[in-house]
Amino acid sequence: MTLRADDLTLAYGKHVVVDRLSVEVPPGRITVIVGANACGKSTLLAALARLLAPRAGAVTLDGRSIHSQPTRQVARSIGLLPQSPVAPGGITVVDLVTRGRSPHQNWWRQWSEEDERAVEKALAATGMAEHRTRPVDELSGGQRQRAWIAMAIAQDTPLLLLDEPTTFLDLAHQIDVLDTVVDLNRSEGRTVVMVLHDLNQACRYADHLIAMKDGGIVREGEPGAVVDAELIRTVFAVECQVGADPVTGTPMVVPMGRHHRAAAPESAGVPRP
Amino acid sequence: MSVSLAAGRATYRAGPVSGVLSPRAVLTSTVLAVLAAGLFLLGVATGDLPLPLADIPAALVGAGDPATLFVVQELRLPRALVGLLVGVVFGLSGAVFQTMSRNPLAAPDMIGITGGAQVAVVGGIVLGWGAGLGTQVLGLLGAFAAGALVYVLSMGSGHGYRLVLVGIGVSWACASLTDYLLAKALPYQANQAVGWLFGSLNERGWHHVRPLALAALILVPTTLLLSRWLRTLQLGDAVARGLGTPVGAVRFALLIVGAGLAAFGTAAAGPIIFVALVSPQIAQRLAGTPAPPLVGSALVGAVLVLGADLVTRHVLVSVQLPVGVVTGILGAPVLLWLLTRANRLGSGG
Repeated sequence: MTLRADDLTLAYGKHVVVDRLSVEVPPGRITVIVGANACGKSTLLAALARLLAPRAGAVTLDGRSIHSQPTRQVARSIGLLPQSPVAPGGITVVDLVTRGRSPHQNWWRQWSEEDERAVEKALAATGMAEHRTRPVDELSGGQRQRAWIAMAIAQDTPLLLLDEPTTFLDLAHQIDVLDTVVDLNRSEGRTVVMVLHDLNQACRYADHLIAMKDGGIVREGEPGAVVDAELIRTVFAVECQVGADPVTGTPMVVPMGRHHRAAAPESAGVPRP
Repeated sequence: MSVSLAAGRATYRAGPVSGVLSPRAVLTSTVLAVLAAGLFLLGVATGDLPLPLADIPAALVGAGDPATLFVVQELRLPRALVGLLVGVVFGLSGAVFQTMSRNPLAAPDMIGITGGAQVAVVGGIVLGWGAGLGTQVLGLLGAFAAGALVYVLSMGSGHGYRLVLVGIGVSWACASLTDYLLAKALPYQANQAVGWLFGSLNERGWHHVRPLALAALILVPTTLLLSRWLRTLQLGDAVARGLGTPVGAVRFALLIVGAGLAAFGTAAAGPIIFVALVSPQIAQRLAGTPAPPLVGSALVGAVLVLGADLVTRHVLVSVQLPVGVVTGILGAPVLLWLLTRANRLGSGG
């Protein structure tokens, strides 16, 4: 399924956040959007998930505008996990994940065999099966996020949009969540679009990287081809050196604050990719 | 048909029909239904002329001696039915508002809907507005006008707390207007108005039962049909939209049914306070569900109103308290207990 935006303009009231942006999400790949705060990356994700109606332009799924289709129909194609969702107190993991099946259900059919299979698969994929009866608000941050991701997985959509799925998680849980995302992409071929803050993680996990500034795309493509010191300067207004990640060989961004710039050798100890 | 029980929930499948139930919620609802039925029969059986409990079911369907039939069908049944239905509609209305706003303080008597009915009815008594309409129609009009005002003023924001804040503002404005009207009123008018303001089941007849029963017949099933969307709305607007919930339309429909339930209840019995606020919270704790269960909330409402009515008629018989005072006395401590527990306002407490 191809999700794309054409000449998309997004605004809150008079404040234009994204200005005539066009982008196509590569199917079957992991796309990561990066950019400074308030650059419009979450707004773009919200528009791709039809949470925000465009001021101008269109978001299309296989050529058809997602804003003119019944929202339930779109919900069978695009799954969404917003930033820091809040579960009602006391809801159990299995109850939360079951609600992900909502777009496939109707008044009388609320627990089909397909629902059961999808929920079990989602619980297994996120390692949450053993926690199924626990209340979500008693889980650790990482488990809680995995429970929400399980809900989005159970929705069983070819496209999955995640807004900062690793925010507020400690390092181990961040990696846990990102590995789960890669599993989904590799084993089921799901298309993933996510917003991430950590540039090095973005470079590691993205097949396709989109760097945004002031509501527009500065550069996009394979991380190795787009990330360099100039891009980081343009997008984040930060001086840095870009080397190769010693584990994956993907670009590794090493920022330099005012106090470190003078000390840094022209070509630092960071090997080039 | 297959039923299975695992991980604290029961699932069933019969041909194309399937679903998930919480055994504890089902059990709670069953017990509450039996309790409500018992209080209902007790309410019909007891009074100045006590009747044997065993004669009541027959008399309800029109069998028995004429004296019993008259007492049951003309005097006591309308009162008991108004009590039952008012409890059901208030409990359900509270559950709808609390779930859609994700706030345990949202209830029609807190967010201005009951206040609108008060202004209209007291205005009718004191100023003679629409005198021909009677308190029931005036109460309905006032409740819907206040509901529309709250909806318009809290529009454009997906946040539940805004509905509650706007509602509290409207509620206080209505309370002040009601006070003003009472201050202006002649003694006999004030007397009449105060009698209505407390919420009462005294002297209820079939003309109170009919509109309420008709409204309940339409609004209760509609609310239950909307419950599917309540389950996704509980996860927040963004998640709900992502799961294919038409959030704006559902919110509007819920406001209409929630206000409608409260409006018809208030029109029939006056504002019986706290029932809509506490019933969903009590039901949620009894059933152990993450949000107020609709059927459970309605049944707790019925038990509360029918129980409070029995208390006013038999325990506090010398003071002749209206039922609304008793639900207030019982409800206030429950509210205080809830407030001390709701450390995260807006998260469902």
